[in-house]
Amino acid sequence: MNIKLRDPNIIMKLSRLGSFHQSRLSFLRSFLNEFKDWDYKRDLFDLDEKGYGTAIYSFKKNDRVYSLVCFANKINEDERSDRVIATKWDAAFTLHDGVPLKKDVERLKNEVPKQEVGRLSYKELTLSRANKSVRVFDHVVENLSKGIQPDLDLLEKVGYLYRTTAVYGSGKFGLADRFRIKNREEINGPFRLEMMLVYLVRQFTFDQVNHVAKHRNPKIAVKLDPKICKNLGIGNSTGLGMAPFIVNHPTLLNNWILCRETALKKIRELKNVKAEDSDLFINCVRNSIKNITSWNTESEYQLNKIKLLLEDVEKFLNYLEKQFNFQKDYPFNEIYLWLEKETCEECIEYIVSIMMEPFAKITQPLIKKMSSDEEKYFNIPTDRTIEDLKAILEKKYPNILTIDFEKKENHKKFWFISKNKEEPRIADRFKEQGSDLEQPLAIARDIKKLYDRLLTSKKKLKIGHFLIDHDDLRHVIRRAFIIEKFPYSEIQDNTISENIIPIDMLRLKLSFFGALKFDPRSDKWLRICMFQGAPLPNELKNYDEQWVYKSHN
Amino acid sequence: MKSLSEIETTSKRASRAVGFSWGVAEEIAKGVRQLELFGFPGIKNLSQYYKLINKKKFEKLTIIKKNNKSNKSSLCPVDLGVRFLDQIKTLESLKKITFYKIAHPILFLPFLSRSSEIVGKRILLKFEKNTLLLNFNVNILSKFIKNEFPSIAKKVEVIFLENKDFFSEKEWKNLYKLSENTFVEETDSLKQGAAGAGLTDND
Repeated sequence: MNIKLRDPNIIMKLSRLGSFHQSRLSFLRSFLNEFKDWDYKRDLFDLDEKGYGTAIYSFKKNDRVYSLVCFANKINEDERSDRVIATKWDAAFTLHDGVPLKKDVERLKNEVPKQEVGRLSYKELTLSRANKSVRVFDHVVENLSKGIQPDLDLLEKVGYLYRTTAVYGSGKFGLADRFRIKNREEINGPFRLEMMLVYLVRQFTFDQVNHVAKHRNPKIAVKLDPKICKNLGIGNSTGLGMAPFIVNHPTLLNNWILCRETALKKIRELKNVKAEDSDLFINCVRNSIKNITSWNTESEYQLNKIKLLLEDVEKFLNYLEKQFNFQKDYPFNEIYLWLEKETCEECIEYIVSIMMEPFAKITQPLIKKMSSDEEKYFNIPTDRTIEDLKAILEKKYPNILTIDFEKKENHKKFWFISKNKEEPRIADRFKEQGSDLEQPLAIARDIKKLYDRLLTSKKKLKIGHFLIDHDDLRHVIRRAFIIEKFPYSEIQDNTISENIIPIDMLRLKLSFFGALKFDPRSDKWLRICMFQGAPLPNELKNYDEQWVYKSHN
Repeated sequence: MKSLSEIETTSKRASRAVGFSWGVAEEIAKGVRQLELFGFPGIKNLSQYYKLINKKKFEKLTIIKKNNKSNKSSLCPVDLGVRFLDQIKTLESLKKITFYKIAHPILFLPFLSRSSEIVGKRILLKFEKNTLLLNFNVNILSKFIKNEFPSIAKKVEVIFLENKDFFSEKEWKNLYKLSENTFVEETDSLKQGAAGAGLTDND
């Protein structure tokens, strides 16, 4: 049986992309898999009794060492903010390439806590900062120092001791450019070093909380139970900074989605499924219910999605248990077709993710295809004709071409970069100033504009000549020739419409990171949790790959 | 030290700010990144050029011909570079193209470099007494490592070099003869065991 890849005009809609969930392909899971054989070590832990100071953690294999350098600083209550305008954080981190020398640590101590206004060097790979969940951190310290474990209900509600508010890489603020390290086998996957940073930060938060509790009451204090640690992750507050990334990296976006779609296609094409594989799938679906029921949010939008998801997953389980037989041919294809017919988008994508669990043989080779050498596709084939380009637009953007951009609601928003923090934002072009400095993220509008101009151009005219008078649309002409080769490279939606939900764009990216428990705090930012339930560093050598579905929370 | 990522982002935004379209700004940014990667003063020259761009008038070419004379002002290196890249498939057949008065010619280099890769030929750039060789977008050979790039090139020749060897047949033969020392002399029995040996039909 040959199953077709799913239609990009359906999958690349924002509502669908905003329903994606973590899977075996997610970057934090592929990071754990890649680094499970590396030697983990805490090289330095020089904190004072309040938990302020410097710590260093490392992963080492043969001659290669990656070191997380942590700086925990005292900040006042009124200085703690997750917002992008913050200038101080409870802790700041950088991932250093190799073993940092004393002079490196001194340099980093001065620069890393400053974050965006500090300067890093080519020796540093990623940069981040995090704030405590003060309520949880203080509660844990208080209890441990009394010799008792913390209240699990409180921990379950929050899910972490610290949340990061940004993780930077790839040349930002002087960090190493990707090209310097791209040939390293162990980081042949997107965002692997960012994942390493977050993972090691998680361990730092446990060590710090134990350290502070111990100093508060040296004789009685106990350590946080490793089982509790395991069920705590690292929170993350994410704003619009992530949204332009997926528009600005079309071939990378394509490769992420294409790998997911290819995995689904191959699973649907399996004629027979072994009992152990179907059992694993069913168990993961069953266990995952806990992930849904423990998903806390105050967002009405997300609560509604969770409610529908829970109802549909229960309905699906009922179908699996009472009506479905895995002995039949192409069982996963039948399951998929049932999902399409009977459940919501959120549930379809949720189950698609779980379908991958038994099939590492299918997902593992795909993980290596999730990076992209974007430079290769930068040149516009200017000897092609208007006729070619028009055909590409008609084939690849059929829904976009039907949007009427004369209507106010279809071009109400604009994307811009704020001057104070150089961060992307979105605003109402009819109410706010600045739309003259709009970023080139209104792809749908510009594609439509391009199409309209092509309609009045000579069919045989070469693109190179067309560009002489239409260079204002050069950025989308480039994209059109990219989508010709990369079907999932473009969001098939209007990113400047009145109804845009920007967090759908964030969620897409975060699902590929491997985030859990999306908690929208508005339509423009959300909180998530990473590595909740993941093995601790000392458990990496032999861990359960389905840990995501076995979290106690 | 600034990362190449920072160099590219800032060049793109600055280029947009002085009036280039986002698509052209992307081209410029890639070019400046490449210049800096190859050790050429891209940022310095772009910065100098953008200081002038709103004060002086620079000329734009639409269709590039064998001989391209600007009228009064000098040619904008960015616009010229973009047009050169866009028309590269037709320009290749001209073999040699001459331009008069190009401002900040270094900014024209990355476009020629990419053009060299597209057509699969080395490109030689000559202006005044200077020569630069653009090798398939892999590197740029020049003597400009220590010298200042001029802010204007009066007469510029762009020559598409035919692909040919840079060594003599004698030099090649010498080396080939040495390489033969890694081969094994074939005996009759080795010949019989070779792939395809002994087939009686040629269907």
